[in-house]
Amino acid sequence: MNILVVGLSHKTAPVEIREKVAFAPTEMEAPLQQMLALPSVSEAVIVSTCNRVELYATSRNVDAAITELKQFLAAYHQLRLSDLEQHLYSYEGAEAIRHVLRVSASLDSMVIGEPQILGQIKTAYGYACEYKTAGLILNRFLHKAFSVAKRVRTETAIASSAVSVSFAAVELARKIFDTLEDKTVMLIGAGEMCELAARHFVNNGVAKVLVTNRTFSRAEKLADEFDGTAVSFENFREQLHRVDIVLSSTGAPDYVLEAKKLKEVCKLRRHKPMFLIDIAVPRDIDPLANKLDGIYLYDVDDLQGVVQANLKERHKEAAKAEEIIDEEIAQFQRWMATLEVKPTIVALRQQLDRVRKAELEKTFSSLNGLGKKERKAVEAMTNAIVNKILHHPTNILKQAQNGSDGDLYIDAVRTLFDLPDTTEKLQQAADSDDA
Amino acid sequence: MSTMTLLFTLTLLVYLSATVLYLVDMIGKRRVAGRIGRWVLVAGVLLHAGSFAVRHATAGGTPVTSLHESLSFFAWCLVLLFLLLDLRFRLAVMGAFASPLATLLMIGSALSPNVVVELNPMLKTWLFPVHITCAFLGNAAFALSFGAGVMYLIQDRMLKSKRFTGIYQRLPSLDTLDKVNYTCLSVGFPLLTLGIISGAFWGNTVWGSYWSWDPKETWALITWFLYAALLHGRLTIGWSGRKAAIFAIIGFIFLLFTFLGVNLLLGGQHTFKAFALI
Repeated sequence: MNILVVGLSHKTAPVEIREKVAFAPTEMEAPLQQMLALPSVSEAVIVSTCNRVELYATSRNVDAAITELKQFLAAYHQLRLSDLEQHLYSYEGAEAIRHVLRVSASLDSMVIGEPQILGQIKTAYGYACEYKTAGLILNRFLHKAFSVAKRVRTETAIASSAVSVSFAAVELARKIFDTLEDKTVMLIGAGEMCELAARHFVNNGVAKVLVTNRTFSRAEKLADEFDGTAVSFENFREQLHRVDIVLSSTGAPDYVLEAKKLKEVCKLRRHKPMFLIDIAVPRDIDPLANKLDGIYLYDVDDLQGVVQANLKERHKEAAKAEEIIDEEIAQFQRWMATLEVKPTIVALRQQLDRVRKAELEKTFSSLNGLGKKERKAVEAMTNAIVNKILHHPTNILKQAQNGSDGDLYIDAVRTLFDLPDTTEKLQQAADSDDA
Repeated sequence: MSTMTLLFTLTLLVYLSATVLYLVDMIGKRRVAGRIGRWVLVAGVLLHAGSFAVRHATAGGTPVTSLHESLSFFAWCLVLLFLLLDLRFRLAVMGAFASPLATLLMIGSALSPNVVVELNPMLKTWLFPVHITCAFLGNAAFALSFGAGVMYLIQDRMLKSKRFTGIYQRLPSLDTLDKVNYTCLSVGFPLLTLGIISGAFWGNTVWGSYWSWDPKETWALITWFLYAALLHGRLTIGWSGRKAAIFAIIGFIFLLFTFLGVNLLLGGQHTFKAFALI
């Protein structure tokens, strides 16, 4: 049995294509059932997010299944496969396992380490469970993916730092202040980025917001949005010593805050730390202010620098994550391999034993006058015959599991001896293997 | 090996492992290591206390008469105060400062001759252990405030220069470091004061005068004035942040000199030789 992935992501398809093949979360049953009904597909999971649409399946016939899955994806969304084909990727075996582990560990995300993707895959798996389209292998495999994602998150620092300018600002503030709850933020001007940053600060606990603008009505409007207070542009400097965090983005050609003024503010604040974020270009705050005791001034480039450094750090951590994934792939493949041959041998042995016992019963009932000793001898002989016959095929099967044509042998044995293909037995074999 | 040396060596090894754990936390970014380190230190401080108990039981008296014992006792005070501080602030980074320092003190102690100095009977009054304990605990508190001060300056430097190195991830906020600094100061100052006062009374019973301007006394007084100025600045003028951090660092340098420099360089009644039976 093989694991397969067919899909597309932000790396292979523009949003115009992605939105066309997305599956609506409200109607997952139909596509899952249709996918499972494909002749070569044994199990089905569908992951659909704004950045990727992927079909996870297991199959004994990889090539046929990949073609069927591609056709299904196109047909379900009423698209021509020829239009879609160029955006699709497909993986099988170890590469499929690696791909899914990388996706759930957020290594394949647009922003490496972003936390949403794991939740989205969990949701997708939830649908597959609800509609019973995930079988033994995908069940086990996705649980593996979740635990690997968790391992990556705890053992590497992949998601430990902010990668957007406004989040970076909040993160820096946390390195200056122990709590944001009793802090006051002042917005000077009304740039979009400024507003976004202010929103992050409010979401992170800042309770008091002051807003100032050359146009007082705009200040009032923005202040309303944050439940804050509007301050007139003429007087905002008198309020500064009560402010801990300043977000500035006016369109002024000159400095709105001079270092000299800030020096007075510092004194009034007794050099308690003050965090100034200047997002305006040209800059609003005299860069010399950064030299004042207790003042931490960041302009757009500084914040970008922090973000870049964090991204670099994430990429470094991603390399560690890849190592973890390599380990886990090997482990999972070993499990899948034993899953293949072991139950086949068990089933084969059971099948022959059934025949042996039935025939023995027949013979014993027609032969009268056999002593206990003779019966035992006959029974031992039949046992020996079965064992002799099975000896070579069993060895071949065990060797085949390491070769590339292992599936072929297993398939042949199952067909030749008409072995039952029940999942319960597979499950048992898998569990006993675990123990 | 006697029970005492066995306990001492064990303690040293335990502090060393705590150091390794805290460094793994800081450099290897494995937070769980720091959490284990905390419990390792708890074990260390108990073992260490055990070694003092054995020392007291076998030789009697206060177990702080030689350089060996002083360094060891100081290490114990340091770890104890760190663990108490850790209850409130949960700062692995302070552990990464306190545990190597304690380990170094223990190594220094191991290297200095381990002789149980027979205490001059004159010195055996209840004031001696009070004097010693207050002074050492106070010193340990100031050592921690020194650590917090250094961290404050590092953090301040990084935030100003916008260049962040590995340790940045694990440093707490400036505000928190400032609070740690203040907490240590407000614990250390009364202890130092008590240490000096109890020392003066003890001096009176032993040498017949409260204050004899011996070098240690003089330097202790200078240090005391320094910390008094810092506390005053904090409480009334509102000093904090960088200034307070620098002050804590300077204060500790004076303290180190009082604690070690005077003994090693200047002599006087507080040298360990002076304790011995004459």
